[in-house]
Parts: sequence; structure tokens; C-alpha cells
Amino acid sequence: MGHGGGGALSAELVQHIFAPAFGGDTLAQLGDSASVQLGGARLAFSTDSFVVRPLFFPGGSIGDLAVNGTVNDLAMSGARAAYLSCGFILEEGVELSVVARVAEAFGAAAREAGVEVVTGDTKVVEAGHGDGIFINTAGIGLIPPGVDLRPQRVVPGDVVIVSGAIGVHGVAIMSVREGLEFGVEIASDCAALGGLVEAMLAVTPDLHVLRDPTRGGLAASLNEIAAASGTGVLIQERHVPVPAPVANACAILGLDPMYVANEGKLVAFVPREHADAVLDAMRAHPLGRDAAVIGAAVDAHPGMVVARTGLGGTRVVDLPVGEQLPRIC
Amino acid sequence: MKYIDEFQDPELARGLLDEIRSTVTRPWALMEVCGGQTHTIIRHGIDQLLPDQVELIHGPGCPVCVTPLEVIDKALEIASRPEVIFCSFGDMLRVPGTGRDLFRVRSEGGDVRVVYSPLDALKIAQQNPDREVVFFGIGFETTAPPNAMTVYQARRLGIRNFSLLVSHVRVPPAIEAIMRSPNCRVQAFLAAGHVCSVMGLGEYPELAERFGVPIVVTGFEPLDILEGVRRTVVQLERGEHSVDNAYPRAVRPEGNPAALAMLEDVFEVTDRAWRGIGVIPGSGWRLAPRYRDYDAEYRFQVSGIDTREPAQCRSGEVLQGLLKPHECEAFGTVCTPRTPLGATMVSSEGACAAYYLYRRLDMNKTAPLEASPVG
Repeated sequence: MGHGGGGALSAELVQHIFAPAFGGDTLAQLGDSASVQLGGARLAFSTDSFVVRPLFFPGGSIGDLAVNGTVNDLAMSGARAAYLSCGFILEEGVELSVVARVAEAFGAAAREAGVEVVTGDTKVVEAGHGDGIFINTAGIGLIPPGVDLRPQRVVPGDVVIVSGAIGVHGVAIMSVREGLEFGVEIASDCAALGGLVEAMLAVTPDLHVLRDPTRGGLAASLNEIAAASGTGVLIQERHVPVPAPVANACAILGLDPMYVANEGKLVAFVPREHADAVLDAMRAHPLGRDAAVIGAAVDAHPGMVVARTGLGGTRVVDLPVGEQLPRIC
Repeated sequence: MKYIDEFQDPELARGLLDEIRSTVTRPWALMEVCGGQTHTIIRHGIDQLLPDQVELIHGPGCPVCVTPLEVIDKALEIASRPEVIFCSFGDMLRVPGTGRDLFRVRSEGGDVRVVYSPLDALKIAQQNPDREVVFFGIGFETTAPPNAMTVYQARRLGIRNFSLLVSHVRVPPAIEAIMRSPNCRVQAFLAAGHVCSVMGLGEYPELAERFGVPIVVTGFEPLDILEGVRRTVVQLERGEHSVDNAYPRAVRPEGNPAALAMLEDVFEVTDRAWRGIGVIPGSGWRLAPRYRDYDAEYRFQVSGIDTREPAQCRSGEVLQGLLKPHECEAFGTVCTPRTPLGATMVSSEGACAAYYLYRRLDMNKTAPLEASPVG
């Protein structure tokens, strides 16, 4: 299971088994989506599979996730998703009314994201061989001219911005999956980020890299960028926006919000001279209202993410090994 | 309800640090008993901020770390049986037994489930009457009462397919063992606040008196730790050695009477082996004879396990405060969170894990990147 957690084990599975087996320079870049040239157009192309349990949770469902996940992977290349494919794998016995609700949510999310579902596939597996519904989506979108988002463009001095509160989706899922109650309902932040990215690119096409910190959380995204860019990343722990209910839930379970999954957030590395304008543009967008500067790329400790703690000490923020585990006491 | 931020306020922290600096006149070695405190200290860089004269030594209070290898091997064997649903708190799943861990057992087909409460395990037993449900009951005085309550409930409800694999440990005998060690450098203890919230303070005055050590009951947030250190240093500088409660928002002197009554009913004190340390007399609990039917060790006769502790692992010395994690030869080289020799490297309260996760940057020896086990 750890190999699916978005941490070091996931990265190794891809780097040591899939990438060498498949080959290809584009794949080797290991971005959230691939940038490919087709005729005169530069396209972003991405696929993702969704196996979330439960199928419905506060703030969304597997249908919303399946759309927004792929739309956001494309958005992290600067592309607005245009077309989406949809593969449903149904477990024998799943209620058709449940399938219909998921399909409705899928369609609504696609309309909201401004993306057209143009092809699909359905398979049914025997009872006990699935988890109700699995969904795979693939999407393509057009990358605007002048936009080149990849970690290799990060340079020391870049400002690190997150678009809002972190850890919300992961805690929302945990609260329903495990039957935990934290005093207040925490709804997933699942959302399509194409519009927010467009607003940022309107200020400057010269953003260096974007990531949506899903599995593995903010810590995994920052580590991936640090490793791929060869720069260090220094963040101010107190500036990372963590809502009190998320912080409290994590404290109870012994989890670090930095490693908890998000679904409607992005982290951006922006040239210092554009940072204020980009931040203003983000805050003017509904999905970036709580955007905050949390740190910078630095010369020191190349490839490593370090946090300045609230008290003034420092600590390494490592790539998680697998999934975080709730502790004993 | 107080929120976490209030116990991490940088201004208040600076004030406490200034007071500690102005109080301390010579070197002191303080042991924080609990692994949760160790992680707060290392994660927030508190040890970097304290004056050089105040050394924090990390104690044996990680329940996952001290669970004996033999018990873990028994757990792995029981969890492998097809009729068993084995339930555990999450952080036991990566702890290495001899050659494998509970994650491996699960990937080999064992029904291993993470639960957030032992009562969840009891619910699973009710829902699966044709299976045997075993809960891995480990930990200090903090987790013992809910585990005792679960067994009590199982008997009250007549649930027969539930049992507890027990390896509970107690703090005071460990403090005594540390103070009796010929190499002991500990001059004071930051006692574990949550343990005292259950047990009260009654067990500590005699220890403080006998060994001449201040014992300050301390919480887990950064300001709790700093206040605990401040009060400890004040006592040490004055030549005093009393028990002081610096965590009154959670700890009453008499503890939690309901929890104590449950412990008294379900458990009895026993000698217990601590991983890496050895047997400490009177340092554990086991199920009392009247609850023997619920004891997994009796229900599942496990024999023929070949328990082998890796020779290179020095976690026992780390747990006794005799060695800092990064001073171990294996640290960050052959022993990493992915290839742990001992539990201290994978437990969320383990000292080695704290150093590996948070402190690789400023240690003398920078850990190299791990070799990949894939490919």
C-alpha cells in the first residue's frame, strides 16, 4: 500500500520500474502532466486513477475527484483542460443509483471546469475484486504560448506561494472513512484549478513551476521540486496556512498537516519580481482567497526542504516514506 | 478548549528561554521520558534554542520502540493465521520483527487492520463472529486503560472471539532502572504528562527522594516543554528534588480514578522485557487470571518462532539515554525509516526517527540518500 501513498515509495516505483520500462524523454520529466508537441500545438496530456473510499464525502465524491484531479494535473502545466476521457470500473453488486449519483457528480464537475467528456469505457469486475467504483480519467489541454512550467526552471530567490489552507481534503476523508469526529465538519477542498492558474498566468506567463499537492501533501510536492530543480527550499512553518480544525485533528492522530492530501490547492514557485502581483491575482480569485507566501527557493541545502519552526529552530521536511500512520498515543 | 497555537507562541517561548538562560549556571542533563516529547523537542528545534548547559537526553518512553521483539514476532505469527483479524494502532505496522513487519504480513494475505481505538476492534469482533479478532495491546499507562476497558466490555457483552495480545509497560520502574544504571548521567526527569493524567503523581515522590532527582510533570506542546525545563533547572540550581506538576491543565494529583479502577480490575503487575533494554522487574501489566480467556498468548499457542535482534542495532542504548541516535554507526546508512534495524527508526515517537526526519541537515554526519529497494 505504501507504494500508492505518494511518498518515496511511489516515486521509486515510477522511477525504477515504470519509467525505464516505458522509456521516452517526455515521460522522464515526470511532471503531473506531459507537455507534447502535436503539429503546431503544445498540448498537456495527463491521466489519473481514483480509488477513494468512501465514494461520497463532505465536499465531494469520487466523481468530482476524477474530473478535478486530471483537470488540475493539466493546469499545473498551465493548460486549461479541453477534453476528458472517463473509464468506470464497477464492482459487481454496486447499486445503479450509486453509479448514477457518481456520474451526475462527474458531469457537473466537468461542466464547472469547462471540460468536455468525449470518450469513455465501462468494465465490471466480480464482487470482492473492487471497491464499488474505480474511475480513470485522461485529459488534454492546450498550453498557452510563452508558458513553460517545470521544476528545472526554479532558481534560488523564487518565492513559494500556496493557494490556501492545506490538509483539508485528507482530514475530511479520514473523518468519514474512519468514523472520526473532530467537533466541526471538515469539507474537502476538491475544486478545479484551471481558472486560478489562468488568473496567475494573466499576471505573468513566467511562473516557474506549479504543483497540486495531493497524495503526500505539501511536503511531497516541495521535495519533488527541490530534488528536480537542485535548489533548496526554505519555508516558514508559521506561514503555512493550516486551519485550526485540521491542526487539531492532526494533533489528535499524530499526523503532520504538511503530509496530508489536498485536492483543490496548488503550490507555485514564482520569480521574486512577480510575486506580489501573482499573490494579489490569486487572492482576487475565489480559489486563492487565502493564498500565502510560505518560503523561498534558496542556495543552501540543495535538493532539500527545510522549515524554520515557529520557535526559531530549523528542521528538515522530508519526503514521506509511504502513507502516514496514526500513532498510538 | 485551548488551541494548539497558544502553546506554540514564539513570544512566550522567548520569555521562557530567557528565564532558563538567566537561571542556569552550570551543565545539567535532563531526560524527557516520553517519545512524544522527544519529537516535539526535535521537530520544533527546542534543543537548538536552549542554552548549551542544558542537555536533553531522550528517554525510553516510546511504547512502540520498547515492545519486545519476541512479542512482535508473536503478533506476526498470529496475524498470519487465516482465521484471525489482527487489529493494531497504525504505528505498529512498520515496526520490524524478525525479518518482516505487519505490513508484509498484510501484503502476504493476512487480515491486518488499522484501528483508532481498541473498541473499534471489539466492534469488528461483533461483526465477524466466525473470525478471531486480536487487538495488539501495547503501550504505557496511557493506552492501558482503554485496552482494559475493551476486555471488560468484551466479557460484559459475552463476546468470545476477541482477545488482546498484551505488552503494557509502566514508567516508574523504568525511571528506577535508568537511575540504577552505572552509566547514568540523568540529573532530572521531565515526566510524561499523559501518563500522570491517568496515574496521578503518587508514584513519583519516593523516586525523587531516593535518587535525589527533580521530577517535573510536563506536557507535549513546545511551551509545555520549555516550562518543564525551566522548572527543572530552577530545582537543580537550588539543589532541590521534588515532584512538580507543570501540566495542571491535564494532570490532577490523584490521576483518573475511573481509569485506575479499570486497570486494577483487568490487569496485574508483572515483570516485562523492554526491547533493547531487557527485563525490568515489575515494569509491565498482563491480564489478570480472571480475564485469561481474553489473553491472545493463551488462546493462540505460538511456538517455534526464531527471534533474532540485529546485532548492529543500538536502540537499547538510545532508549536509555546512553547514545544519541546519530552517534550510532548504522544511523542513516544501513538503518533508515525504509530499512530500519530497530523500532526507534520507524515509530512516530522514536528518537532515531526524530533525528532522521528533522535533523539531517545540522548533524555532523549527513545521511546519504537511501539506496532503492526497487529495481
